[in-house]
Amino acid sequence: MNTIQSLSQLLAAGQASSVELCQDYLARIQTRNPELNAFITVDPERTLAEARAADARRAAGQAGMLTGVPIAHKDIFCAEGWLTTCGSKMLSNFVSPYDAHVIEQFKAAGMPCLGKTNMDEFAMGSSNETSFYGPVKNPWDTSRVPGGSSGGSAACVAGGLAPAATGTDTGGSIRQPAALTGITGLKPTYGVVSRYGMIAFASSLDQGGPMARTAEDCALLLNVMAGFDPRDSTSLERAKEDYTRELTPTPGARPLAGLKIGLPREFFAEGMSADTARAVEDAIAQLKGLGAETVEVGLPNSRLSVAAYYVLAPAEASSNLSRFDGVRYGYRTPEYEDLTDMYEKTRAEGFGAEVKRRIMIGTYVLSHGYYDAYYIQAQRLRRLIADDFTEAFKSCDVILGPTAPSTAFKLGEKADDPVQMYLSDIYTIAVNLAGLPGMSLPCGFDGQGLPIGMQLIGNYFSEAKMLGVAHQYQLATDWHQHRPALSEEKGVRS
Amino acid sequence: MSLSLQDVERIAQLARIRVTESEAAGYRDQLNGIFGLIAEMQAVDTAGVEPMSHAQDLAQRLRPDTVTEPDRRSAFQAVAPQVEDGLYLVPKVIE
Repeated sequence: MNTIQSLSQLLAAGQASSVELCQDYLARIQTRNPELNAFITVDPERTLAEARAADARRAAGQAGMLTGVPIAHKDIFCAEGWLTTCGSKMLSNFVSPYDAHVIEQFKAAGMPCLGKTNMDEFAMGSSNETSFYGPVKNPWDTSRVPGGSSGGSAACVAGGLAPAATGTDTGGSIRQPAALTGITGLKPTYGVVSRYGMIAFASSLDQGGPMARTAEDCALLLNVMAGFDPRDSTSLERAKEDYTRELTPTPGARPLAGLKIGLPREFFAEGMSADTARAVEDAIAQLKGLGAETVEVGLPNSRLSVAAYYVLAPAEASSNLSRFDGVRYGYRTPEYEDLTDMYEKTRAEGFGAEVKRRIMIGTYVLSHGYYDAYYIQAQRLRRLIADDFTEAFKSCDVILGPTAPSTAFKLGEKADDPVQMYLSDIYTIAVNLAGLPGMSLPCGFDGQGLPIGMQLIGNYFSEAKMLGVAHQYQLATDWHQHRPALSEEKGVRS
Repeated sequence: MSLSLQDVERIAQLARIRVTESEAAGYRDQLNGIFGLIAEMQAVDTAGVEPMSHAQDLAQRLRPDTVTEPDRRSAFQAVAPQVEDGLYLVPKVIE
């Protein structure tokens, strides 16, 4: 299995060059992507130029640990010289003139970009079916969705088209696709990763994070992504952390001794498929075997999180997406009579149906006469939801539950039913509302061979602890090592 | 609550999204479905609960009042639909 960690060792030992690694992955993208549709843009010349620069840096003795290891980026991150579409017709001609902070960080680490990954339009979706560039297919079963909105990133990692990818998570968009494709993904504490150059959906909820095969890789990638950036007014001024610091196994057979895992009774009460319930119960037993204790906790207001989210996120989106008006960048309708006509046609033609629905919901809940009943009420619920977590973390170190209520569903199954689609994120949304870190990691398979993910939720800034717990689980289990049949990596040097 | 066709047209106009008469009924039904999902929150008693607008209680940072951005007008205007002499072109607004 190729991980960021193993590829960095190959490079350090001189057993492969960055150019060779990138050529192998580009060849696999060329072969597999027509079926998976995980990438919107691939630019081999640009990737190989970055790989040559990484090799030169290594030859000069200036390589960092991850220099030369390739990575794919969600098409929500502006990358200078790359088409950056956010999955939308509205930005289908937008070649970014600047880099997002996250892209700058990966460039500074010397990690070549393999391409820009497909996503739900403006990150609004849970199945990757709202993309202007067509749906992404799940590598485990190409008649099924990979989840969303970071579905292209999830599919390319699961399918072996990239060793890792970036994602963003507003209501579950890293964790839910990670669960549906059998990979590991982390949404950090709000404010840990800069949002500069990350195209905004709901600014008080959006957070970038890593998607990879192991918790260890996620820790290595978060070390690159995280950091204070004055260009994002919500970026947190904190001392630089080493997110790998709790990965070292503690001596003894019970490495998680002393860890208290909170099990929210509401997450286990109903809604989960039988296979998911069984896999999560097995994972709990495994973690207990590693020395952890469990304690029941309550998140009584989490049942309101979907309702509150579908007021707050569209409200923020309706404001953020007002910038797309056909004046300074992006799509403009070819024919118009006056300015209003140009705005209205540009936005009607440039946005897809789901984006328009959410802009309209947001416009309505912010409009005169409805603001208090919807927007302020949702903000009050957000407080109650966040307070539940504060109370729960008084009696536990991490919270564990399912990531998604079911495994990957069929393409088209929920595409025409927004409400059913929204309920895919029922276990993940509360975490964004509270601003907490959350991650998903593989914990089994259902009867049809589709991966199941479990979710770990940590207290603010406890990413290193969560990654340490996940790492211990992955040392003791092999769920994260299972690959879909089509992803054997014969081409990649290993 | 339930949205009418007139509500949908009003919302679309506020959002500057052209919605045709044939599309309006579809949007009305979909939006009503979503508001059905949202409705459960109306029943919750939140008297005395402070609205939470943000996950972090942050004060806005201040910076010295100095120029920080270089002039990148030509790079930024290269991605604009229509420009002339460094200006963005839009339909005439003032007669």
